[in-house]
Amino acid sequence: MKDKVTAIIKKYGSDSSQLVSILQDIQTEYNYLPRTALDKLAKKLDIPQSRVYSMATFFRAFSLEERGKHICNVCQGTACHVRGADLILESLERQLGVKRGQTTPDHKFTLETVNCMGCCATGPVVKIDDEFFGHMTNDKVEPMLSKFKE
Amino acid sequence: MASKLKNAKALAALHKKLAKDIDTEKCHISLCNGTACRPYGSNPVAEAFKADIEKRGLADKVEFKITGCHGFCERGPIAIVEPGNVFYQRITVADVPEILDNTIQKKGPIERLLFKQDAATKTVARQNDIPFYTEQQRIVLGNNIRIDPTSIEDYIAIGGYSALSRALVELQPDQIIKMIKDSGLRGRGGGGFPTGAKWETCREAHGDIKYVIVNADEGDPGAYANEGLLTGNPHSVLEGLVIGAYAIGSHQGYIYVRNEYPLALKNITLAIEQAEKLGLIGKNILGSGFDFNVRVNRGGGAFVCGESTALMASLEGKTGEPRAKYIHTVEKGLWDRPSCLNNVETWANIPLIVNNGAEWFSKIGAAGNSGTKIFSLTGKVNNTGLVEVPMGIKLKGIIFDIGGGIRGGKKFKAVQTGGPSGGCLPEKLLDSPVDFDSLLKAGSMMGSGGMIVMDEDNCMVDTARYFLTFLEEESCGKCVPCREGVKRMRQILTDITQGKGEMSDLELLTELSAHLKDSALCALGSSAPNPVLTTIQYFKDEYEAHIEDKKCPAGICKALIKFSIIDEKCPGCGRCVKTCPTQAITFMGKKNPVILDQSKCIKCRTCYDICKMGAVSIE
Repeated sequence: MKDKVTAIIKKYGSDSSQLVSILQDIQTEYNYLPRTALDKLAKKLDIPQSRVYSMATFFRAFSLEERGKHICNVCQGTACHVRGADLILESLERQLGVKRGQTTPDHKFTLETVNCMGCCATGPVVKIDDEFFGHMTNDKVEPMLSKFKE
Repeated sequence: MASKLKNAKALAALHKKLAKDIDTEKCHISLCNGTACRPYGSNPVAEAFKADIEKRGLADKVEFKITGCHGFCERGPIAIVEPGNVFYQRITVADVPEILDNTIQKKGPIERLLFKQDAATKTVARQNDIPFYTEQQRIVLGNNIRIDPTSIEDYIAIGGYSALSRALVELQPDQIIKMIKDSGLRGRGGGGFPTGAKWETCREAHGDIKYVIVNADEGDPGAYANEGLLTGNPHSVLEGLVIGAYAIGSHQGYIYVRNEYPLALKNITLAIEQAEKLGLIGKNILGSGFDFNVRVNRGGGAFVCGESTALMASLEGKTGEPRAKYIHTVEKGLWDRPSCLNNVETWANIPLIVNNGAEWFSKIGAAGNSGTKIFSLTGKVNNTGLVEVPMGIKLKGIIFDIGGGIRGGKKFKAVQTGGPSGGCLPEKLLDSPVDFDSLLKAGSMMGSGGMIVMDEDNCMVDTARYFLTFLEEESCGKCVPCREGVKRMRQILTDITQGKGEMSDLELLTELSAHLKDSALCALGSSAPNPVLTTIQYFKDEYEAHIEDKKCPAGICKALIKFSIIDEKCPGCGRCVKTCPTQAITFMGKKNPVILDQSKCIKCRTCYDICKMGAVSIE
C-alpha cells in the first residue's frame, strides 16, 4: 500500500493544494480512503491529519468505509427527479436491502446517489461501475442488477 | 503531430495545410459519442463503424469521426453523413453496415433511421431541416459536429487558435478588453456579470501574479451544457482562456472540473497536452513573448464549489467553503491574488468575439443580453438535448418549437430554470423572453443553463421540497442562515407534502426566505428560497390542496395518494401482479380484475407504469 500512496503523492509533486485530486486517486486505487493511506498522506505532505480528514469528509465523493465490488450510482438530479428517480432509488434499496450510502453484506454492491451525471436527457439514469443505464423504470432494476451479480 | 509552432505564420501555414487535407471527395460520417449518447450504446456503434471500415478497406472512401455532443440527445446515438447532411438517429450496431453501404454507393438516406417528430409527421432527412436545429443558433456548440475533440489538428483545421494568434500579434491587452466590453458578453455561469468589466478590474488590480480560472464545476442538477462543451470542444475553452490570460496579464490558469464528468476531464487534459506540444501553451507562445501555463483540478462532488470563493478555497487544497465577498476575487482571490474566474461557456465565446468582432457579437441576441446561451433542455419535453439559442428568445420557442412540446400529449405545467437557485415558471410566462434580466424579474435566474420542463404529473410542492433537500445536503454549514434556515424550510415543506401542513406555514416560509436572502453568506443560501417563493407565487393552489384538502393533485406525494384498480378497465393480464414488489396485488384469473391490498401497497408506482390499459388510478 505504501508504495502506491507514495507514487500518487509524487505524481502531484507533493503539492498539498492538489489534495482533492490526490484523494480522488487514492480512492480510485482502493475504492475507498483507507485510514493508513490518509495517515501516510498527512505525514508525507506535512499537514495535520485534521486537514486531510476535513477534506475527506467535506466532499461527498469520498468514502471512509470500504465499498462494494460494484458501485451503483443513482442520479438524483432534477431532470431525473421529475421522471421518477426517487422511485428507482427506492426500488434499488428494496432489492439490495441497503439504504443509500450503504454496502451490501456480501460486499457486492454499494448504493450511492449523485446529483447529476451530465446525461440528463436520458433520465432517470443509473450508473453501475462505468456502465450507464438510461430511461430507467422499476421493472428494469432487477435485470440490470442481475448483470452484475456474478 | 506537427512540431512546436514558432510564430503566427507557422500556425497559419499549419491551418492551411490541415484545411486542404480535408478530403471533400470522401464521404464523412460524424458519430456523436457524447456522455448522453453512451447510455444508448454509442460506444459499441462507434466500435462497429471502425471495425467495418477496416474490415472492408473503406478508409480511402469514408472519413469516420467520433465527436462530442451533437445536441439532440433524445434521439441518440446520432450520426451526420456528408454529402447530404443526412441525420441518422437511434443507430444500433446492426445498422452500421447498411449506413456504410448506402453512404458509399450514394443510394440515398435510409428511411427508417431518419428523424420523425411523431407518427403523424413526415420524416426529415437533412439535419439542417429538423426544427430542433433550425430554430437554434449554434455559434458555440456547432463545431462539436465537425471535430474529433481528441484531435488538436481537427480544431486547427477549422480555424482554431487563429483568434489567439490574432490577439497575441495584432492586439494589445486593453484592446481585447475593450472588445469584450463592447461585445456585451455577460458571464454564462448564471450571474450575468459583464465579462469585460471583470477582466478590466482584474487587469488593474494590484499584484504581479494573477490567475485565470475556468469554472467547470457544473453542479446544477439537471444541467450539462458545460459538460457538452468541454467534452466536445475543449480547445475552444482553452483558446479563450489563453486570450483572457494575455488580456489580464496572467501567466497561470486553472481549470476546475467536476469529477463526475470523466469524459470532460479526459478531453481537457489531453487538449492541454496537445496545446503544450504545439507551443500554444507554455513559454513564448507563438513567439510573442507571452508565457502561460494551465493546470486541471478535479472537484469532489460539492455543489457549493461552483461558487467562486469556495472554488478557490478548493483549489488551494482546503474545504470548499465560501467567504464573504467584501473584497472581490478579482482583487483578492486564489492565494489572495487577483483572480479572474469565468464559466466554461464564457471562455468558449472569447475566440468567436476576437475573430468576428464585438459588433458582430453584440448583434446576436437581445439588447443588454448579447450572444447565445446553451441550455440543457430536459424533463417532460419531447426533444431533450443541448440547445443553443440567441438570448431573448421566448420560453415558448425553446419548449415548443425546439423541444417539440410535452411528452405523451400531457399538459405543460412549469419550467424550471437556474437549478436549485432558480425558480419554476408557469404557463402564463411562456411568452417572456429568456435573458438574464427577464428571468430574474420573474423570480428565477439563468443559472448555468438548466431548463427542466414539468407536466401535469409533477407536483410543485414536491419540486420545492426536492430542491431544498438538495440544498440542505449541499450547504457547507459555515453560515447559520443557510445551515439552519434551509433545513427548517425543508422540514416545513416535507410536512406539507405529508398532509401535516397549515396555511400559516406559507407565511413562515416567505418570512424565512426573506431572512435567508438578506443574511446568507453566499449565493447558495441567498438564492435557496427561489424554488419555494416561485412555487408559492405561481402555484399557490397546489399548496392549498396539500394543506387544506390533504390532496396531491399531481399524484406524487405518497402520504396523500392512494392507488386503486379500475375494475372496468382491468383485463386481468397479471403484468402488475408479477412486478409488484410487495405482492400487494392478487391475480384472480384471466378476464377478472386483479385485487390490490391497500395494507401492503407501498405506492412505488410500478403497477401504474407497467399497466398498458390505464387500469391503475391514483387518487
